[in-house]
Amino acid sequence: MPNLTIDGKQIEVPAGTTIIQAADKLGINIPRYCYHPALPVSGNCRICMVEVEKMPKMQIACYTPVTDGMVVHTQSPKVLEVRKTVLEFLLVNHPVDCPVCDQAGECKLQDYYMEHGQYDSRLADVKVKKEKKAFSIGPTVMLDQERCILCTRCVRFADTITKTSEFGVFSRGDHSQLDVYPGKKLDNNYSGNVVDICPVGALTDSDFRFKCRVWYLSATKSVCPGCSQGCNITVEWDKSRPHQHKKARVMRLKPRLNPDVNDYWMCDKGRYDYHFIDENRILHPQLNDDLINWEAAANTVAQSIKSLKDAGQSSRIAVLASAQLTNEDLFMVRKLFKETLSGAHVALAPSVPGKGDDFLLKSDWNPNTAGVVNILQPQTDAAQIVQKAKQGEIDVLYVLGADLVKVLGKDAVRQMAGKVKLFVYQGSNINETCSYAHLNLPASVYAEKEGTFTNMHKRVQKINAAFMPVVEAKPDWEIIGLISAKLGAALPYTQAQQIFKDIAAAVPAFSEMTYEKIGDQGMVLKS
Amino acid sequence: MEKIASRRFGQDNSHLLASYLKDNGYAAARKALTGMTPAQIIDEVKKSNLRGLGGAGFPTGMKWSFIPAANPKPKYLVINADEGEPGTFKDKYILEQDPHALLEGIIITCYAIGSHKAYIYIRGEYIKSLQRMQAAIDEAYKEKYLGKGVMGSGFDIDVVVHPGGGAYICGEETALLESLEGKKGFPRLKPPFPAIVGLFNCPTVINNVETIACVGPIINKGAEWYAKLGSEKNGGNRLFCISGHVNKPGVYELPNGTTLRELIYTHAGGIPNGRQLKAVIPGGISAPLLTPDQIDVKMDFDSLKAIGSMAGSGGIIVMDDTTDMVWAAMVAARFFAHESCGQCSPCREGSGWVYRNVKKIYHGHGKPHDLNNLPGIVNNIGGNTICAFGDAVTMSVGSYVSKFRHEFEAKITKEPAHA
Repeated sequence: MPNLTIDGKQIEVPAGTTIIQAADKLGINIPRYCYHPALPVSGNCRICMVEVEKMPKMQIACYTPVTDGMVVHTQSPKVLEVRKTVLEFLLVNHPVDCPVCDQAGECKLQDYYMEHGQYDSRLADVKVKKEKKAFSIGPTVMLDQERCILCTRCVRFADTITKTSEFGVFSRGDHSQLDVYPGKKLDNNYSGNVVDICPVGALTDSDFRFKCRVWYLSATKSVCPGCSQGCNITVEWDKSRPHQHKKARVMRLKPRLNPDVNDYWMCDKGRYDYHFIDENRILHPQLNDDLINWEAAANTVAQSIKSLKDAGQSSRIAVLASAQLTNEDLFMVRKLFKETLSGAHVALAPSVPGKGDDFLLKSDWNPNTAGVVNILQPQTDAAQIVQKAKQGEIDVLYVLGADLVKVLGKDAVRQMAGKVKLFVYQGSNINETCSYAHLNLPASVYAEKEGTFTNMHKRVQKINAAFMPVVEAKPDWEIIGLISAKLGAALPYTQAQQIFKDIAAAVPAFSEMTYEKIGDQGMVLKS
Repeated sequence: MEKIASRRFGQDNSHLLASYLKDNGYAAARKALTGMTPAQIIDEVKKSNLRGLGGAGFPTGMKWSFIPAANPKPKYLVINADEGEPGTFKDKYILEQDPHALLEGIIITCYAIGSHKAYIYIRGEYIKSLQRMQAAIDEAYKEKYLGKGVMGSGFDIDVVVHPGGGAYICGEETALLESLEGKKGFPRLKPPFPAIVGLFNCPTVINNVETIACVGPIINKGAEWYAKLGSEKNGGNRLFCISGHVNKPGVYELPNGTTLRELIYTHAGGIPNGRQLKAVIPGGISAPLLTPDQIDVKMDFDSLKAIGSMAGSGGIIVMDDTTDMVWAAMVAARFFAHESCGQCSPCREGSGWVYRNVKKIYHGHGKPHDLNNLPGIVNNIGGNTICAFGDAVTMSVGSYVSKFRHEFEAKITKEPAHA
């Protein structure tokens, strides 16, 4: 393996490694526009040029393979000078419209100008004007040609990752323009990613545009709940300006690097399906038409359950738990309904089958079906429970996080609601099932709680609370805990992490896991 | 003096097969195919000191020897006939007046490098060249000089003519390959070089028209004969194209050691109307200008390089003392701005910036800072790009500013004094 020196630091890397990759490993940051680790090298922006001893010309770090004994300088006067000159060229025809540009704050032209530029402008001429400014090129992405630095990251993304080839660079020289091919739209399942990889304000997100300056955003590491792939994401949110956007807190989702799951990408379904977090939420416990407090709500459930349990009729209790619940939530459901109340029917709630593709998006649009299988271990299925409920064999029907109307239709749900004595719906958002339930309990969304999901590849990954639950909502596990306590079977948990410890003790596949070990990138179940 | 590439120029019907055969045509190809091994041919070409006559001057035999014989992929020969360097018009003469000389060179080269397919990429504007070349190929196929079992040898060669789409950059060999593959003409990152990964990812030799047209004569008359015609490391003659302020512009075949002075004053008949020489571009518009005190230079690759210019494509543009050098610089800068492919940021943005700057000065709107900034901007392009185009902008435009700065200064509007 070649051994090289960069800025006086030695490193040994596999043959074929490029200088920029070796520098990244050493934590030496070489500026880059066109280079992206997941895309083929283009070598056009020229800002990553470094000095290599014994080579007459400066070399682009993104393309030059390391050799044994190579000595690289990334901070020499020549390198610093060339960075300035490349920035100067990139900005010659750039509008510098930062005050109205949505990229401001996360723009590599701004960042590198501050880090490596800081020259006085020498431009005394008129700039080349490009054709399209703020132009929609598809349902989710806007193009601004004059801000584009023609790094071709988006072109290469569409050519090699989605293989849809919507983008091209048209014309020549400083009249070159990025655009989609005539008659084409940027409309594939992964369109939004081009906004992430665009280093400047050329490609912006129609959903996020002008909603929030990026420096207001806080970011919380999480996992996309949109399907069973479990793409790693950051939830980007802002609570400082509640007067904006109807108090919405989440401004956007961004993919978070995980080479084992989603690399740098996420699908558009996952990316744009976050508005439910701040819209149409169940805010208070509600018994029929009355808003009640948690105490009364927990008592209502506990009393119904207790009378059945005392009468030896636990089998008249049925639970439909959605695969949107975390492992911790599911463990609590198991504790209460399978262990405290042996004999209750517990099944995975039915859900509408989704549409997947051959990349990241899977057809199971639930993040934790594997968790249901591993932790809840249901012995019956939803169809049987529905059947029983319709036939009047169930007195308490407890539904967690699943809109039954969507799957079963109104009639079936109305019929069940008429037969059971207590129909509890515990969930985050108002849906049609709520209107048939007798008791509605407000649950947190994934961005409001701690916990873990197990994806379809048996990887357990952590979600984190970005902010407090809305109004009276509580994490599902906490609600189950409240009810449990009322039944005299208090479960001693105040944090999801404590529940996870017990999962590790109780479920062999989890036996070696802790939150610390799962970390930001997840951990695969023991088989 | 014995002529090689231009030996049949001006003859009646020189482009037809019958005329070519009368002049001992295809004898060299027969000699190579029947009596020589590929290694012997490459060796002969190496010894001849034949260098790439497209402009880079790379030793041809050495280039051929880079083709990996063990590579199981097909090998390709690509003829660069995208003659777009301003001031250059020699390949056009070969394509139109002696296309069979090129085809004979192609046959020998294909055999030497183990290629069964050759592409001739001809500048799209060269309509007559395209027609003449295609007609010659058709004739050659008919008489079994091309196709299956060329000249009874059992070696197959197909030749395809491809018209260029109008971009100067497609004369850069890797941009040419991209264009030939149906893509936008963007130069490729190197390495790998085309000899290893070329056309359709296969080993490829790319040579200029004139270079390959010289291969037949070398095989016929031997490497020593060819080497002796030229200077020490630069065999044979060159086709020089002279244009601009001379009495007899045109294509002249002369030995490589000829001086620029001889070319201008002896062969091209000197400068019209008794005017004086002011500047001369020795090797196409990309080559730095020379001033009258430099014209005793020999016109081979190494001598021109030694004085800071280049032999390039052999396109000599002569400018007399009536020439406005700022105007000339503007014309060159406009060309570069128009033809930059737009891939690398320094060249894409820089070439246009340089042009607008020079244009402003030419039109009398330039301020002192415009002129002061110009050399710096020009210098920041060269050496910082994927292909040599960026270097050409720096060297060419830079030479006007450095050698004729006083003319630029004369056009600068002085800042008004503060009231």
